[in-house]
Amino acid sequence: MTINEIQDELISDFELFDDWESKYEYIIDLGKQFPPLEEQYKTEDNIIKGCQSRVWLNAYMDGDLLKFEADSDAIIVRGLVSMLVKVLSGHTPEEIANADLYFMERIGLHQHLAQTRSNGLAAMLKQMKAYGFAYQAKSVNAE
Amino acid sequence: MNIPFDISSIRKDFPILNEVVNGKQLVYFDNAATTQKPRVVLDAISGYYEHYNANIHRGIHHLAEKATSAFEQSRKRLQAFLNAQFSEEIIFTSGTTDGINLVAATYGRKFLKEGDEVIISTMEHHSNIVPWQMLCEEKGCILKVIPINDEGELLMDEYEKLLTERTKFVSVVHVSNSLGTINPVKEIIEKAHAVGAKVLLDGAQASSHLHLDVQDLDCDFYSLSLHKIYGPTGMGILYGKRDLLNAMPPYRGGGEMIKEVTFEKTTYNELPYKFEAGTPNIADVVAAKYAIDYVETLGKANIAAYENELLKYATEAVREIEGLKIIGQAKEKVSVLSFVIDGIHHQDIGVLLDQQGIAVRTGHHCTQPLMSRFNITGTSRASFAVYNTKEEINLLIKGLHKVKRMLG
Ligand SMILES: Cc1ncc(COP(=O)(O)O)c(C=O)c1O
Repeated sequence: MTINEIQDELISDFELFDDWESKYEYIIDLGKQFPPLEEQYKTEDNIIKGCQSRVWLNAYMDGDLLKFEADSDAIIVRGLVSMLVKVLSGHTPEEIANADLYFMERIGLHQHLAQTRSNGLAAMLKQMKAYGFAYQAKSVNAE
Repeated sequence: MNIPFDISSIRKDFPILNEVVNGKQLVYFDNAATTQKPRVVLDAISGYYEHYNANIHRGIHHLAEKATSAFEQSRKRLQAFLNAQFSEEIIFTSGTTDGINLVAATYGRKFLKEGDEVIISTMEHHSNIVPWQMLCEEKGCILKVIPINDEGELLMDEYEKLLTERTKFVSVVHVSNSLGTINPVKEIIEKAHAVGAKVLLDGAQASSHLHLDVQDLDCDFYSLSLHKIYGPTGMGILYGKRDLLNAMPPYRGGGEMIKEVTFEKTTYNELPYKFEAGTPNIADVVAAKYAIDYVETLGKANIAAYENELLKYATEAVREIEGLKIIGQAKEKVSVLSFVIDGIHHQDIGVLLDQQGIAVRTGHHCTQPLMSRFNITGTSRASFAVYNTKEEINLLIKGLHKVKRMLG
C-alpha cells in the first residue's frame, strides 16, 4: 500500500467513532498493541526530546526500504507513534521524504502534532522525514 | 465555612470561564501557570489604548501626561501591595524571570567574586537556577543547594550548615509552584543576614496567595509576575532595597535609563528609571493596578481562606482515586495539588482530562531537579484560584476516574 492508501485506511477506521472516548480508547489500544522497542535501541541518540513524554525512534534500511521502530513512555503518544510508524515505515526514503501527512488533521488529532513542546510527536515526524532525506542522499551518492 | 464573598458573582468577572472546551464548559485548574483576568483588567488594557496611548516620561502633551501619571500610579499601588518603603524600590520588569536575571547580572556580577557561594534550594523553578548558574560559571562562584524532605519541605538544619562567611547570596522560592510548599522565608532571611549574605525571594507563586510585606520580611529583593495575580502577561516587578539598587550598575542600556549621553560618557538616570531602559510595557503596567485593586477588594486573607478550603476539599477527595499519590505534603501549603498515579503517565492524564474540558498542568513544571529528587519525570498539577469551586473539583475527580478506567 502507498503512504496515502494507509492514511486513507486510518481515516476510515476512525470514522467509526463518534465520540472522543471511543476514539481515544482506540488510540490507547493501538498503544498497548504496538510492540515495544528493544531496550538496546532506547539510546540517548534515538531519543526525541519532547517536554513531557519521551519518544524513541530507530531507523534502518531493509533493502530499498526505510523502516522505523519507535516507542514512548506515555500510552496515548505510543498509540499516535504507532500510527506514524504504520504510515511511514517500509517505504523508500524518497517517498518518506516527500510524504504529505494529512491523516492526523482529518482524524482530528492535529493538536497532538501542534504541541511541539509537550510531546515528541512533531519532532519525531520531522526526524522520520530527515531520515528519508538522509538515506535518499546516501543512495544517490552511492550510484 | 463562611465564604466572605459570592463565588458566582466573582466568576462573572472572568469572561474566559464561559469558554467551551471540547464541548464542555471549561474547568480551569492551571492557575499556578497563570491566572485568568477579570473584566476590569481587560478594560484597563483596552481603555489605555483607546483613550490615552502615548509614550511616557517624554511628551508634554495631554495624552503623554495621562499615560505617565497612570504608569506611576501603578508603581505606587505596587509599592503599597508589597509595603515597600519607597516607590523607587519598585522596578518594572517583564516578570519574575526578568527580575532574577537583573539581580544576578548586576548585583551578582558587581559584588560576587571567585570562591563566593550562592545558595538556592532543591525546589527552585528553572528561572531561579539558571541565572545563578550563569553567574557562577562566569565568576567562579559555587552554587549550593538546600535539600528537602519527602513532604517537600526545606531541611532548615542543612540550610544552616550551608551558611558560612563565603555565602554571599541566597535566592529561594517563597512558595513552590510544583509542590505548593510555603517556605519559612523570614527565618531563611534572618540566618542569611547573620552571615552577611543578601536574599532574593522568587515570589511568583506567593504573591497571589499570601500577604506580602517586604519590610517585615526584610528581604533584599523580591521578584514577581503580575500574570499570576490576575494581571497581564509579560509584566512584573522587582523590589529591591534602595541602597542596594543604587549601588548596582544598570542592566540594559538605552533610552529612559540615562541622564545625559555623549559619545565619551553617559550618566545614568536615578532609580527606578536606571533599570527601565526603553519604552516599557505601558498598557500592562497600567492594568496591573487594576489587578491589584481587584485582589485587595476581595481581600487576600479571604481569597486565601477560600483557596485553602478548596485545597482541603480536593486533598480529601483525591483519596478515593486508587494509586494516586500527592507530591508535596508540606504542613504549610497554598492551593496547589500535585500528584502522580501508579502506572499512568502524567501526559496521558493531561490529554484525557483536556478532552473533558479540564485544564491541569502536567510535566516537570520547570523544576526538573525537584522531579529528580522525587524520582519522577513529572506530575499532574491542579492549582486553584478564587473563581474555582467544589463542583469543579468534583468534575476533576469524575474525570480522573474516567482516565483510570480508560487506561486501566
Ligand atoms: C516559582 C516560579 N518562579 C518563576 C516563574 C517564572 O515566572 P515568569 O515566567 O512569569 O517569569 C514561575 C512561573 O512559571 C514560578 O512559578
